Amino acid sequence: MGVFVGKNTKAIVQGITGSQGSFHTRLMLDYGTKIVGGVTPGKGGTQVHGVPVYDTVGEAVKRHDANASIIFVPAPFAADSAFEAIEAGLKTLVIITERIPIRDAVEVMAYAKREGVVIIGPNTPGVIVPGECKLGIMPAHVFRSGVVGVASRSGTLTYEIASGLSAMGLGQATCVGLGGDPIVGLSFVDVLKRFGEDRQTRAVALIGEIGGNLEELAAEFVASEGFGKPVVAFVAGRTAPPGKRMGHAGAIIMGRAGTAQSKIEAFLEAGVRVAEKPSDVARILAKELGR
Amino acid sequence: MKLHEYEAKEIFSKYGMPTPKGELATSPKQARDIATKLGVPVAIKAQVLVSGRGKAGGILFASSPMETEVITRRLLTTKVKATRVQSVLVEEKLNIKKELYFGITTDRSSQSYVVIASSEGGMDIEEVAAAMPEKIMRVLINPFYGFRSYHARQIARKLGYSANQLGDLTRIFIQLYRVAMDYDTELIEINPLVETIDGKFVVADARLLVDDNALYRHPEYKERLVQEETELSSRELEAQKSGLAYVSLDGNIGIIGNGAGLVMATLDVVQLHGGNPANFLDVGGGASADKMTSALDLVLSDPKVKVVFINILGGITRCDEVAKGILEAKKRVGFVKPMVIRLVGTNEEEGRRILTEAGIHVLDSMEEAAMRAVEMVKSGG
Repeated sequence: MGVFVGKNTKAIVQGITGSQGSFHTRLMLDYGTKIVGGVTPGKGGTQVHGVPVYDTVGEAVKRHDANASIIFVPAPFAADSAFEAIEAGLKTLVIITERIPIRDAVEVMAYAKREGVVIIGPNTPGVIVPGECKLGIMPAHVFRSGVVGVASRSGTLTYEIASGLSAMGLGQATCVGLGGDPIVGLSFVDVLKRFGEDRQTRAVALIGEIGGNLEELAAEFVASEGFGKPVVAFVAGRTAPPGKRMGHAGAIIMGRAGTAQSKIEAFLEAGVRVAEKPSDVARILAKELGR
Repeated sequence: MKLHEYEAKEIFSKYGMPTPKGELATSPKQARDIATKLGVPVAIKAQVLVSGRGKAGGILFASSPMETEVITRRLLTTKVKATRVQSVLVEEKLNIKKELYFGITTDRSSQSYVVIASSEGGMDIEEVAAAMPEKIMRVLINPFYGFRSYHARQIARKLGYSANQLGDLTRIFIQLYRVAMDYDTELIEINPLVETIDGKFVVADARLLVDDNALYRHPEYKERLVQEETELSSRELEAQKSGLAYVSLDGNIGIIGNGAGLVMATLDVVQLHGGNPANFLDVGGGASADKMTSALDLVLSDPKVKVVFINILGGITRCDEVAKGILEAKKRVGFVKPMVIRLVGTNEEEGRRILTEAGIHVLDSMEEAAMRAVEMVKSGG
């Protein structure tokens, strides 16, 4: 089954006529994802890879009964696109766009929370339930269907760890990228709750990095609520210097907060196994699952 | 992007917040004239974008115009925390009764802005939070209705103020919130917010960081981002111009990879095997041959670098493009330094073929490659 998306996902692509939007629409269609429509204001009536394009989200949703959206719109217009999608009644939004201003992101998240909308991103590779649905830009070939739930703050590192899992015969139930920006829709705790309820998911890999406190909160959640499935964490940036932005807008150590050390300690205290290297994630999970 | 103290104060003053009387000086003579006009004693504050400026000797006091000139000359010819001082702010010296803290930043876990206030101003707020967490007030701002006067009054009350002072503080807090929203700040703080012995409040020092991602809404600062980031090394500036995420470090293994998380993990693995990274360099998603060439140019020209380790996991990025970029750089600068390349993912076979034909060995595993890079440094390349 997996979580967030699946066989019943009918998605629209906002910004479908742009180069990224069009390129990834083709790859998502190739994967079997139901992309039912696209939106680019002013380009309504045209088609992209056989997908009808509309001027507004409302039209696309009404015509095709869509329930999700993936957004490739440039940063200055991305918040507007997200609001439009939420107002049109879509309940799952993947925002690929990076570098959305903080103030815009704060407003989008508040509105989404009130309307019960799940926002994946911004600055995310998206979400994939291998074999069912890919709503994102990740390279499909590294993923296999299976029982591991993966939640990550980084794109390529997810591919690295997922291909390690796949190579060891450990497929994935869901892989979701939280996003590399400072303000993102999903936290590790939100994802853990969903993975906890999902019957296909039997073990979890959390891939964190420096900056913020999402990892610490996840550790606290596991420690206080208990989590019936094995969890392994990897935290990137042990060697990152304070005060420098390491590629992601959200990957910065401010003073003492946000260090890899603090996150690793929190996980260990909560009884979460911590992988020293990316390849250890698959090794530890294989052992936990008795492979 | 960080604004200088004097710029932040100009904005605050435009919003009706009380700031000390003072002016910016770029020469000792000018500083002396300002001191004469203001009357002594004065505070002389180096305008540098580093934290801990006071402790590093960047804030001094003078009791005569002559002394102001002497001190300014000294500040303008020395460095504060390795940063050259281009100007000083000469201000009236305040008669301090108490120092408060007031700031607004973002709270990632609640996805909103948060107000932070404390009766213990004047030092690094993170030190206060660590030493006296009970002295820190945190108030989340609801994005639907914002930070309102009653929120400001509640904070002022908790700081122990009433009567006229309650109104004065409320106005300062509300105006700071307006600046934060109007200027898209990711951090804005008054530290210290001084209560003078006659009961007035004054913004003694100010920090304002504009959200880099919102700079398109603030064209007046956008231009400057590249020119004035004084904490960036020249190599970091060059990287910024080529659209590469680069951070200079102290070691001798140059690292290039795609994706911030992967590059961070690469640094970690190198260190785990006993090596020392010379830099963080993320070429980003879908990097072209061109971008790869500029990345290699940047790393190869760094005298610290003894060995280069390229770690590419092709997703959107295509391995053949990366391989072409490496060969292009080879042609242009020549491989004076040994390299370890790990290349897997999209179009891997083609990428490998291109490099192997050119006599460059390619590895599949990130850890094996990291170990190899460390060995190469140890054996002197």
